[in-house]
Amino acid sequence: MAGLIEDKNMIKKFLVISTIAFTLGASSSSSEGKLSIYHWFEYIPQELLNKFSEETGIDVTMDTYDSNETLLANLKAGKIGSFDVAVPGDYMVSIMHAEGLLDEIQPGELNNMGNIQSQWMDVSFDPGRKHSIPYQWGSTSFSVNRDEYQGDIRTMGIIFDPPEELKGKINVLDSQGEVIAMASLYLGIPQCTTDKDQLRSLDELLQSAKENWASFNSDGAKDVLVSGDASVGMIWNGFGAKARAEGANIEYSYPREGLVVWMDNVVLLKDAPNRENALKFMDFLLEPENIAAVTNYARYSAGVEGVDQFLDADLKSQPESVPPADAPAGSFVEPCDEDVQVVYNQIWTRVKQ
Amino acid sequence: MTQVYKQKRAFDSLRIWLLLPSWVTIGIFLLIPVGLMLVISFMTKEFRGGVIWELSLAAYDQFLFDRGLFGDEPPTIQWTYIVIFLRSIVQAAIATFFCLLIGFPTAFFIATRDSRNRTFWIFLVTVPYWVNLLIRTVSLKFLIRDNGPINEFMISLGLISEPLGLINTNLAVQLGLFYSYLPFMVLPIYASVERFNFTFSEAAADLYADKWSTLRRIVLPIVAPGIAAGCILVFIPSLGAFLAPDLLGGAKNFMIGSLIEEQFKGNAGNWPFGAAASMILLTMVLIALMLYTRQQAKSELT
Repeated sequence: MAGLIEDKNMIKKFLVISTIAFTLGASSSSSEGKLSIYHWFEYIPQELLNKFSEETGIDVTMDTYDSNETLLANLKAGKIGSFDVAVPGDYMVSIMHAEGLLDEIQPGELNNMGNIQSQWMDVSFDPGRKHSIPYQWGSTSFSVNRDEYQGDIRTMGIIFDPPEELKGKINVLDSQGEVIAMASLYLGIPQCTTDKDQLRSLDELLQSAKENWASFNSDGAKDVLVSGDASVGMIWNGFGAKARAEGANIEYSYPREGLVVWMDNVVLLKDAPNRENALKFMDFLLEPENIAAVTNYARYSAGVEGVDQFLDADLKSQPESVPPADAPAGSFVEPCDEDVQVVYNQIWTRVKQ
Repeated sequence: MTQVYKQKRAFDSLRIWLLLPSWVTIGIFLLIPVGLMLVISFMTKEFRGGVIWELSLAAYDQFLFDRGLFGDEPPTIQWTYIVIFLRSIVQAAIATFFCLLIGFPTAFFIATRDSRNRTFWIFLVTVPYWVNLLIRTVSLKFLIRDNGPINEFMISLGLISEPLGLINTNLAVQLGLFYSYLPFMVLPIYASVERFNFTFSEAAADLYADKWSTLRRIVLPIVAPGIAAGCILVFIPSLGAFLAPDLLGGAKNFMIGSLIEEQFKGNAGNWPFGAAASMILLTMVLIALMLYTRQQAKSELT
């Protein structure tokens, strides 16, 4: 009998809870539908997503990844068709296009296309911007803890042939493309080289440098610098600025050998379940005020006209965004052919063996 | 007679129906995925992830033979992956050893408590499992890092002058594995020690066996199945672990799990090779388990 009463109470409780859940669910899901974003970790402020939802009535869900390669792998493994937009880096835009993962933006579908800065309009990885719009751009280099090391840091030797006191205190991004591009700049050899001697020297450099590295970590690249676990950290410029803002006494390096630059782009994915909403979101991100909110949060640079007035004052003088006058021109990571990529993969496996 | 026979028939068909859900579950979630892996491991890789449906032994060839950086040298044995596998086996074996060293006395202690208190002790063992493995591994990372609480505490006490330098070493991976899987060792041993009839050890003591030989010749043989189950439950997941090497080892030294992950998620994008590495791992585990069951069957006969 007692059991029966308990059961009845349980059922009552269940009914109450499910009614609440149902009404909550009904009130939050709106008639304007959904938008599903596949994005990098820690790269868009929640307030901006809320603002988009309020303006358009669209429910936004977001999933995150920590490298361009993970993005590609997961889309190819069957996630294509469940997301509307993603934010691949430059070389990954051309790879994803070649893999047939991108939808085309028809002329006139984006009202704010004209806001894109002219130098970012006709880019090598997406000529004519048929599939993508600029999100943020910046550089990949490294930051050095100035309490630990006072010497010259404007050389990639800090990473690849470090001075004694920095050995074993270096964190490297777990990103094959950027590490190998940087190593190529350090050696002064072209990216995606097919020259066997050059590839051999690349292999030797990385195998010997690895002995001095403490860890490979991308999503923790900021934390290891802030906590002091690493004295040198390969890092993206804005992420380095955030680490500095969180109290690490670090300086961002503009190595004389060259500078790896990148641009992340919002792409329209093939088979997007909510194509219309994806376009609305892209238009939203081309509004200077909105993309400025991303820049203020992520500390990189936007590729849209008219952003300046919305930017935090300290961003303009942030050393991570303002290279010295004699800084070398930037180079994008190049997507290599399969023959070279196979060698790169072997080198990378041996580095991590 | 026919009555009994009919009943048996009815029971047999009932049994088939009752077993059906388990078979369907095993089929869908185990046999089909493993079969798929097996097939993919013999296919041609697609550049940047994916599979071309043409038969190829390239994945196994890559595992076994080293043809140099450019694939044009005469094949020699490929040590890279053997080293990764050996490292994983050694790591898993050491983790199992330490789990046993700590787990056996723990289980013995719990099983010999008053029956009312045992639930409480077992409850304590399972508490960490309320938290996700990833979060526990990250927490461990914060604890043991150079500027973490353990090092700072020991430095402030003057026990050490320099941080221990645990983080990003194989030792840290070891610690992570040990910590993650310890309860898997305690629980099966507890289950078998709990069933142990302590009058046997009393009898041994009556026959002038000292404590050590009672443990060695009476207790251990009887609870051996529990120990074996615990060892298997610790060794096998340790072998394929990738969280601990990634987070605690600094992703510097591949273990089998991280090698496989890299083929699907990372830069390599070589699905057939990832599948082949998985199949080789699975085969090794199956052989070890078969040897173990055969050993068990033999020892039961004698």
